[in-house]
Amino acid sequence: MLSAADLRKGLKLQIDGNPYIVTDFEFSKPGKGQALYRCKMRNMISGNQLVKTYRSNDKFEKAELDERKMQFLYSQGDEFHFMDTDNYEQLALTREQLGDNTHFLIDNMEVVVLFFDSKPIDITLPTFVNLEVTRADPWAKGDTSGNDTKPVTVQTGYELQVPPFVEEGDKIQIDTRTGEYVTRVKE
Amino acid sequence: MLSLEGLHLRAAFFRAIRTFFHRQDFLEVDTPIRQPVYIPESNIEPIASETHYLQSSPELCMKRLLAIGCERIFQISHCFRKGESGRLHLEEFQMLEWYRTGCDYGQLMTDCEQLVRFVIETLADSRVKGFRGFLSDVDLSAKWQRLTVADAFCQYCPCSLDYALANDRFEELLVEYVEPKLGHQSPVFLYEYPIQLASLAKKSEINPNVAERFELYIKGIELANGFSELTDEVEQRNRFAQEIAAIRTKRGSDVLMPERFLEDLARLSKATGIALGVDRLFMLLLDSSSISSAVSFNPEDFF
Repeated sequence: MLSAADLRKGLKLQIDGNPYIVTDFEFSKPGKGQALYRCKMRNMISGNQLVKTYRSNDKFEKAELDERKMQFLYSQGDEFHFMDTDNYEQLALTREQLGDNTHFLIDNMEVVVLFFDSKPIDITLPTFVNLEVTRADPWAKGDTSGNDTKPVTVQTGYELQVPPFVEEGDKIQIDTRTGEYVTRVKE
Repeated sequence: MLSLEGLHLRAAFFRAIRTFFHRQDFLEVDTPIRQPVYIPESNIEPIASETHYLQSSPELCMKRLLAIGCERIFQISHCFRKGESGRLHLEEFQMLEWYRTGCDYGQLMTDCEQLVRFVIETLADSRVKGFRGFLSDVDLSAKWQRLTVADAFCQYCPCSLDYALANDRFEELLVEYVEPKLGHQSPVFLYEYPIQLASLAKKSEINPNVAERFELYIKGIELANGFSELTDEVEQRNRFAQEIAAIRTKRGSDVLMPERFLEDLARLSKATGIALGVDRLFMLLLDSSSISSAVSFNPEDFF
């Protein structure tokens, strides 16, 4: 069993027989009062949103998900295809099921596919991924505007803020939990 | 981690707070962070340190100093509360507490108004790098709004304070409906807390259902908790006994009655005290939305 203190973004719970993932989480404790844990959750099958406030003595069941390591092969329209490299079994997940994960998926990437009731429902990405910058404005040397970041686009089409020295063609490391820039990668 | 500029700003911020209290003849004190007893409050869990506990607030020690004759004291100290982490919470944070004898909590509201104005003016005058007209979107100059808890529920919440209390939904409704509305035009003192939530505060002489306790809110954020001190050691012992029983049920731990504190409390007459979350105030000055971006090191800086 999990308790309210375990709640955090990304945690997977089982509520009324359905798996939910916590998408937003806020801890509050007004004026020496009871602690409250306000969660926004997404039903991992239907995609429905759920907002609930829990207290410290509330208990939860962990979502019973099976995990299998698989490789991302390719995407076709809104379908994303994965393969089990041990037995070559293949399956597909939709763009809707994958949500923001599609921002970081590149061919041949190893991911963990999550199964609920033997059906694939979502994936877990590696915490850090290295992606190539495909569009970046050149860094205007002597720029004194005081902006310490600039927007770039990476190979998946995802846009993020990076330090001004990052250039087109660079590989950068991104934290998939936050979607934020970590560092420039030398290869 | 804070930037170099942020560190300078934070140092100037603390310097201004100290100057404010020194100018008003407050004595700066420092009490042990690690103590063999802790304040029995069932909603606050201490962090143990061998046979001792890290303080959740310097409150007990500071009141004992009042009992030996201090009239005006202040302290900025590190406090610890287990399991409290989030956008506005850190398990280790800094608290400014100040206490006065001979007056009630109304004086503390005036102190708050003067302190915040003084700190901002001082930072503006010192031309410290990074100064950007702190809290310029809030009107600090006029007298700050005073709103009773009951009126706040009436005004902002779909149900009454009595309903919230009777159904054990006070905190939930406060967070959902009331807090987000407080302190955007000018800061707000939310006062007259229900007696059930009095903690170590004195019961009101006019209305026995409320305690002389208030919370200061700026831009929806709770910044300080002040009250007229309960100085009746018998009533304080009863309240502690209830909290000790609640802690035993909730966490299964046995808590010691703070006997030396109660002995000293018996010698204390009229007094008032307040705890202000300085990290949160600094966060507001930086116009930041998370406390971890306002402290020199935050827990993530170690991983």
